[in-house]
Amino acid sequence: MALTIDRPVVAEHHEDEHGPSGLLKWLTSTDHKIIGKSYLITSFAFFLMAGLMAMLIRTQLSGPNNTVVSQHVYNELFTMHGSLMLYLFAGPFAFGGLANYIVPLQVGAPDMAFPRLNALSYWLYLSGGITMIAGFFTVGGAADFGWVAYAPLSDAVNSPGAGPDMWIIALILTGFSAIFTGVNIITTVFYLRAPGMTMFRVPIFTWNMVVTGILILIAFPVLTAALIMLWADRHLGTHIFTVAGGGVPVLWQNLFWFFGHPEVYILALPYFGCVTEVIPAFSKKPLFGYRGMIFATISIAALSTAVWAHHMFTTGTVLLPFFSLMSYLIAIPTGIKFFNWIGTMWRGSIDFKTPMLFAVGFLVVFLFGGVTGIFLAAPPIDFATHDTYFVIAHFHEVLFGSAVFGGFAGLYYWYPKITGRMTRESLGKTSFWLMFIGFWVTFLPQYLLGLRGMPRRIAVYSASTGWGGLNRISTVGAYLLFLSVAVMLVNFYVSWRNPILAPDNPWDAGTLEWGTSSPPPHHNFYSIPPIRSERPVWDFNHPEHTTFGLHAKEHAGEEHAE
Amino acid sequence: MKVEAYFLLFLSIFGGVVAAIYWIVSKETSGSIMLLATCFLGALPGGYYLWWSRRMTPRPEDDAKALPSSGAGTVGYFPGSSIWPFVIGIGALLVGLSMVFGLWSAVVGLTVAVFAVFGVISESRHGGVSRH
Repeated sequence: MALTIDRPVVAEHHEDEHGPSGLLKWLTSTDHKIIGKSYLITSFAFFLMAGLMAMLIRTQLSGPNNTVVSQHVYNELFTMHGSLMLYLFAGPFAFGGLANYIVPLQVGAPDMAFPRLNALSYWLYLSGGITMIAGFFTVGGAADFGWVAYAPLSDAVNSPGAGPDMWIIALILTGFSAIFTGVNIITTVFYLRAPGMTMFRVPIFTWNMVVTGILILIAFPVLTAALIMLWADRHLGTHIFTVAGGGVPVLWQNLFWFFGHPEVYILALPYFGCVTEVIPAFSKKPLFGYRGMIFATISIAALSTAVWAHHMFTTGTVLLPFFSLMSYLIAIPTGIKFFNWIGTMWRGSIDFKTPMLFAVGFLVVFLFGGVTGIFLAAPPIDFATHDTYFVIAHFHEVLFGSAVFGGFAGLYYWYPKITGRMTRESLGKTSFWLMFIGFWVTFLPQYLLGLRGMPRRIAVYSASTGWGGLNRISTVGAYLLFLSVAVMLVNFYVSWRNPILAPDNPWDAGTLEWGTSSPPPHHNFYSIPPIRSERPVWDFNHPEHTTFGLHAKEHAGEEHAE
Repeated sequence: MKVEAYFLLFLSIFGGVVAAIYWIVSKETSGSIMLLATCFLGALPGGYYLWWSRRMTPRPEDDAKALPSSGAGTVGYFPGSSIWPFVIGIGALLVGLSMVFGLWSAVVGLTVAVFAVFGVISESRHGGVSRH
């Protein structure tokens, strides 16, 4: 595809392409594409580690009175599984990796607004991640108080040792990394858009990243403050969260969940964005309800700041009607999103390529997670199911649904743009079906287990409970998930060893990142098409479908002639 | 610029209204303060953007009819490759690890980080940064 209109300034500078190479390139690069790739690779490595921990957890639970791992190791495993997945995979994969790579391309910017700050975010994230993992090599082992670190379980008496401290430091470091990336992305979108790219032409993926950035700025400082208080309690003898000195343990829960619930949307909104890019591209239709999508995203973000205590219904210290009502309200914008996704597919000519399969998988899985979320927002149901496997199944449907199904939809969708190579459709579809089936086999039994009273975070259960059969099915499902990720890795390996080169726009998609080469050149664009809608590349390639497209092409010719 | 301003101000007003309602119905301090902080967090940049958007000529990115060529000129300053973010990261890690291993680690880390910050500043002044 040839784009003929130059954006003169950006096109002239390519001297930086001859920077350092090899390892030094990865250490010193401030190019958002290199940093984005570093983020993607690192967070995927953490995903694999956390996945292996999940395999150990499921193996331990596969039958009654199992002794695959000790109870202490089991506590470390589920803590680190949750921490790695939430803090080091789900957030950074989308917000550090995909957003870093795609957002400047989608708004037509040559780089992120603060390239060196961007590099610093990555190094803080990597050092935080390594610090967290290193907890396993300390004498007392890694943190073992769950990813929520409730006081007083996380104080110096109940969780002594260096492992928990390293967990705290790791979260502070990755928290700063997230804040810096948030500032960077918001500034990039507010100040570095291409001419004609008004805010209401910015693709939904980028909109969602801006909203996520705002949520990060709201939530992460609270977490950092809470973590410093926790550290002070552990080492400086303060009594902020300990009853003995007049402190309030439940304050930790208030602070943590004021971070934690926006965090759930920090993890979900970027993946909503991925899916919102994939569905129109493979339905060959413009997005249904573009503005409705933006307002729904903003409403979800705003409401998510006012629902934190629905995680604390059973503490007896929170106002049940307020938080229950607010939680129900979130169902409305989420429902609008579902309506728009389905409206986009409605009567479209749908092409079920791998990214689209993952996107539809996301819709199904997230819908179930959302509906059980509405159950849990009702205090009477929450009192009965709190801290059981029902909750585990619910949030795995929400988070696995968004971060893994939505994230892999995005990864398969942008893989040609990022690497310049195509993935194999047959392997991609195999990995999708393994994952989709494996997912339901893993988590449907967990709903039933929860309803039969199996509490979360237990390492062993006796045979008399009758939970053995369902747990065994769930473990088989988990192994299927493992297999599907293995197939996916094979897919990437094949595309690396035996490349099929990707064209610039393999999916005939419409947003601006598909208007540059695959992978994009240094500073991204040699030329930018005129931007007259939220899908400028589609307008440029299919002028017959737009009222202004032909005019744009004529104009392009005129200007080129000058 | 106006859309950005209204977006942030909407979040601010929402935070303020919810903070007020929450305080009236629950009298719970920590949550009310955090919601109020959310209100300020939107109000400061949102108010600034609104104030500024009324005093500036519209930017080509806010103009629905702008052509790519209307963005001609310097887009911004983009550093080439730089080792200093990596060094600052090492410094920050050492400062963080002092919470486990003792103050000596913070001394080393701060030294490294301050050295690297000077590195960044001098890099910005003496080239290594390209205009785009």
